[in-house]
Amino acid sequence: MLTKEQIAQRIAKELQNGYYVNLGIGIPTLIANYVPEGLEIEFQSENGILGMGPFPYEGEEDADLINAGKQTITTLPGAAFFDSAMSFGMIRGQHVDLTVLGAMEVDQNGDIASWKIPGKLVKGMGGAMDLVSSAENIIVAMMHTNKHGESKILKKCTLPLTGVNCVTRVVTNLCMLNLENGKFRLLERAPGISIDEIKAATEADLIIEGDIPEMKF
Amino acid sequence: MITKTVDNVQVAIADLKDGMTCMVGGFGLCGIPENIISEMVRRNVQNLTCISNNAGVDDFGLGLLLKQKQIKTMIASYVGENAEFERQMLNGEMEVILTPQGTLAEKCRAAQQGFPAVFVKAGYGTEAAEGKETREFDGKHYVLELAFKADFSFVKAWKGDTAGNLIFKGTARNFNAPMAGAAKITVAEVEELVPAGELDPNQIHIPGIFVQRIFQGEKYEKRIEQRTVRQKN
Repeated sequence: MLTKEQIAQRIAKELQNGYYVNLGIGIPTLIANYVPEGLEIEFQSENGILGMGPFPYEGEEDADLINAGKQTITTLPGAAFFDSAMSFGMIRGQHVDLTVLGAMEVDQNGDIASWKIPGKLVKGMGGAMDLVSSAENIIVAMMHTNKHGESKILKKCTLPLTGVNCVTRVVTNLCMLNLENGKFRLLERAPGISIDEIKAATEADLIIEGDIPEMKF
Repeated sequence: MITKTVDNVQVAIADLKDGMTCMVGGFGLCGIPENIISEMVRRNVQNLTCISNNAGVDDFGLGLLLKQKQIKTMIASYVGENAEFERQMLNGEMEVILTPQGTLAEKCRAAQQGFPAVFVKAGYGTEAAEGKETREFDGKHYVLELAFKADFSFVKAWKGDTAGNLIFKGTARNFNAPMAGAAKITVAEVEELVPAGELDPNQIHIPGIFVQRIFQGEKYEKRIEQRTVRQKN
C-alpha cells in the first residue's frame, strides 16, 4: 500500500517537460517534491502566481507572497504575478496543462465530490469547481477508501458534486485507474497489492484486462 | 490630472451606510484593506452584504466585522478559517452564498468592465448552478452568472499616486484588481501614496479611472495566516 508521499511520487512521473501545473491542497502539494530531474515545470497557484518556489527560509517570509493554501512561499526565476480574474482566465482558458486535486469521492461518470458533507461544516469550494470544470487533464490523488473502509471510487457519487464528467485519472494508495467509457480501467497496482484486493476495495465497475503491472518508483 | 486623494479613512468611507453592499479585496489575509476594515468596525455599520473571497480569521480581517455581527450576507468562495463565521452560519444568523472562486472573480470583472453577465463552466451540474440559466456552446455546458452590483469596492494596493493609479505587490493583487471600478465607488488604500508623476506609467496595474478615492493607510500589520518555512541545511 502506498504512502501519501508515494502517491505523489507516482503522479510526479506523469509530469511532462513544459507543463504548467496546478496542485491542490493535501497529497497533490507533495508532488512538487518529486519533479523528475531535467524537466522544466512551472507551478501555478490560483491566488495569482506562476513559477512558485519552495517555502522561504525562516526570517524571509513575506506576507504579500502566499499560495492558495495561504502558506508563505517563494518565487523561482521566471515567476509572474497576476490577479484572480486572470488566474482563473488561464485555468478556464485551458492554459494550465495538468490539475491534481484530492477528493472525497469519484465515480465512473467522471464526477467528483470534494467540498461538502451535508450536515457537517461547509467551508466552501474555493477554486475547485473552476479547476475541475476547465482542465482537460485532471488527476485525482486520494486514499482508495474512507476512514470507515468504504470505497471512495463509486458507480455514482453520493456527496454534493464539485464537477461532472471531468476526472480522467485516479491514483490511490492501492492503484492507478483511468476513466474509459464509463468504467475505470486498472492500469497499475501498488507494490504487493493484488487484483482481488483492489476489486474488494472498489465499488465502481472495473476493466481489468491482461497483465496489470506493479508501479515502479 | 484628476486628484483622487482624500485625507484619511474616516473621510474615505464617510458615506458608507447600513445595508450597503461592499466588495472587499484580498485573498485570506493577503492584500486586505486593513484600515478600511478597522474603520468599518469602529463605525459599527450594520446589515452589510460583503463580497470577498474569504471572511478573515476570528480576530483579523473581515472576522472583526463578524464579531460585531455587522455582516448580514457574505458572498465568498472559502470561509474555513473562522470559528465565529461557522457559528453564525450554522445558527442562521448570517446568509452565506458560496461561489466558485473563479466565478467570484469574474462576477467582479464583469461589473468592472460592463458585462451584465458571463457564461462559466464552473459549477455546472452542482449546487452552485441551482436555479441558474444554463446554455450549451460547442457541446459543453455553461452557467449564466450575473455581474455583481455593489455600492462600494474597498481595495488595497502597495503603491498609489494622487491620480488613483495603483501598483500591487506579489500575490496581494488577487481580488483587488478585478474589484477596482466594479462598484459605484471604489476606495483604495495604499501603503505608500506618492504625487502623480512619480510612478512609472509602464508599471501601473490599475489605472486611476477605476478609483474614486485614495489614501495612505495609517499602519499595516500584514498578518501571515500560515507561516510556513524550511530549514537551512
